[in-house]
Amino acid sequence: MYNQKVVDYFMNPRNAGKIEDANAIGEVGNPTCGDVMKIYLKVDPKTEVIDDIKFETFGCAAAIATSSMITEMAKEKTLPEALKISNQDVADALGGLPAIKLHCSLLAKEGIQAAAADFYMKRDGVLPEGLTFPENCTSNVGGSEEEPFVSEDNRSAE
Amino acid sequence: MTPREVYLDNSATTKMDPRVLEAMLPYWSENYGNPNSLHRRGREARSAVDAARASVAALINADPTDIIFTGAGSEADNLAVKGAAWALKAKGKGNHIITSAIEHHAILDSVKWLGRMGFEYTVLPVDSKGMVCPSDLEAAIRPDTVLVTIMFANNEVGTIEPIKALGEVCRKHGVLFHTDAVQAAGHINIDVKDLPVDMLTMAAHKMYGPKGIGALYVRKGVKLIPTLHGGGQEFGLRSGTENVAEIVGFGKAAEIAKARLEAGEDKKLAALRDYFIDGVLSSVPESHLTGATGEDRLPFHTSFTVKYIEGEGMLLLLDAAGIAASSGSACTSGSLEPSYVLLALGLDHATAHGSLRMTMSHDTTKEDIDYVLEKLPQIVEKLRAMSPFYNKK
Repeated sequence: MYNQKVVDYFMNPRNAGKIEDANAIGEVGNPTCGDVMKIYLKVDPKTEVIDDIKFETFGCAAAIATSSMITEMAKEKTLPEALKISNQDVADALGGLPAIKLHCSLLAKEGIQAAAADFYMKRDGVLPEGLTFPENCTSNVGGSEEEPFVSEDNRSAE
Repeated sequence: MTPREVYLDNSATTKMDPRVLEAMLPYWSENYGNPNSLHRRGREARSAVDAARASVAALINADPTDIIFTGAGSEADNLAVKGAAWALKAKGKGNHIITSAIEHHAILDSVKWLGRMGFEYTVLPVDSKGMVCPSDLEAAIRPDTVLVTIMFANNEVGTIEPIKALGEVCRKHGVLFHTDAVQAAGHINIDVKDLPVDMLTMAAHKMYGPKGIGALYVRKGVKLIPTLHGGGQEFGLRSGTENVAEIVGFGKAAEIAKARLEAGEDKKLAALRDYFIDGVLSSVPESHLTGATGEDRLPFHTSFTVKYIEGEGMLLLLDAAGIAASSGSACTSGSLEPSYVLLALGLDHATAHGSLRMTMSHDTTKEDIDYVLEKLPQIVEKLRAMSPFYNKK
């Protein structure tokens, strides 16, 4: 279900771990949803360049691969540049993700957003215009009680 | 040197025994008759089907005429649940069905569908080991209850249900009792002469037989409305020309399974299972067994939760090491929800996402298990090093 690039970014994660002296941290997702991503940033307070970035992720292979990819893409960019990376950019850079896993790329984007918001709040006490803290859970958990007449999910069977 | 391959997903399917394939082969070529034909070719096919029916019956100590071959275990479940519900409703016996929260989708979705067709149903909870309590069942039975369907053993956590006690409750109240024994049949001793069970589902591919063939045991006197109409094969309960080769394969698989049970090979496998479970629990910190232990657990089945990480990552890294396993995490289910079975046992979402199931076969060796016990702790450590929940030393 995953292409070779996704598997590579999962098996050999880039920038995994934490930054002890990070000056911004963003955490998104929710264990109930199955994915939690924590982004650590070391940002130059003057130039806003991301000097270092690391992630810790609880989640499936796609969540780890998108974390790997977005940290690689954001490193050495300025925060405004990094914030322009869309979830589609991440998915494209990985050569595509299965439809059911696209929410993982959204989580990666929101991880950067949350960390950037943390940086601005700490530095300025306010968020720059257009930036908000992301919602806590991007995954669509639960859904309606009324089940479809015919099963539509592609759950594994045995 | 080829890397070691350890297949530990035998709850999903088993590798077909070469003796089964050998028995099947002629029925796709030279012995091509339709068992419903009068001529020699037809009679030859009929004898083969009859012999297979006797072997499958013998596995659970049933009479051969109580075995209905179907196209899958799921089909047998559908026939049992829908067939009995409609037949009893037609007789005015009632309108209420009871099942459990950890059934296979073939049961749960059939029951829910009947719910849309005007039936009422109750879904019984399970305890932390996945066990249905007979007193809960008794409390749920109503005057209009027509059918109880509770699985013999669970696929995800390996727990064997108290089928005898549950069946006795049904008998006491005069309610029909079906059990989905797809995971249990061929792996533990089942005797329908001793068990108060009216219908029982089996599938060949879970016992080293071919895929695409199941069977429903239907105790004499139990009336079902068929779910497939046509030429009236299988005592009128499953029309369609018999899948002779697959039926022959099921017969052979049942014969081999019976011989293994008589030789006590299930006990040997259970000993290896316990060695495996102890090994995982002692080599992977903060891992826990899910489901029951000892006699209450399928002899080939192990299942765990591993804290702080998600199942899919474990599966991919295990796969890279040549080890095939499965998980009830959301990521592997194709939905965003973890396994409903694990949630029914009372596990929280995050823990259920970290589930890992490794189910052995009679081909699994101690060397295979030792290899997994060497690789698994490294894999868990690698994923935990990336997890925001894990406190690194």
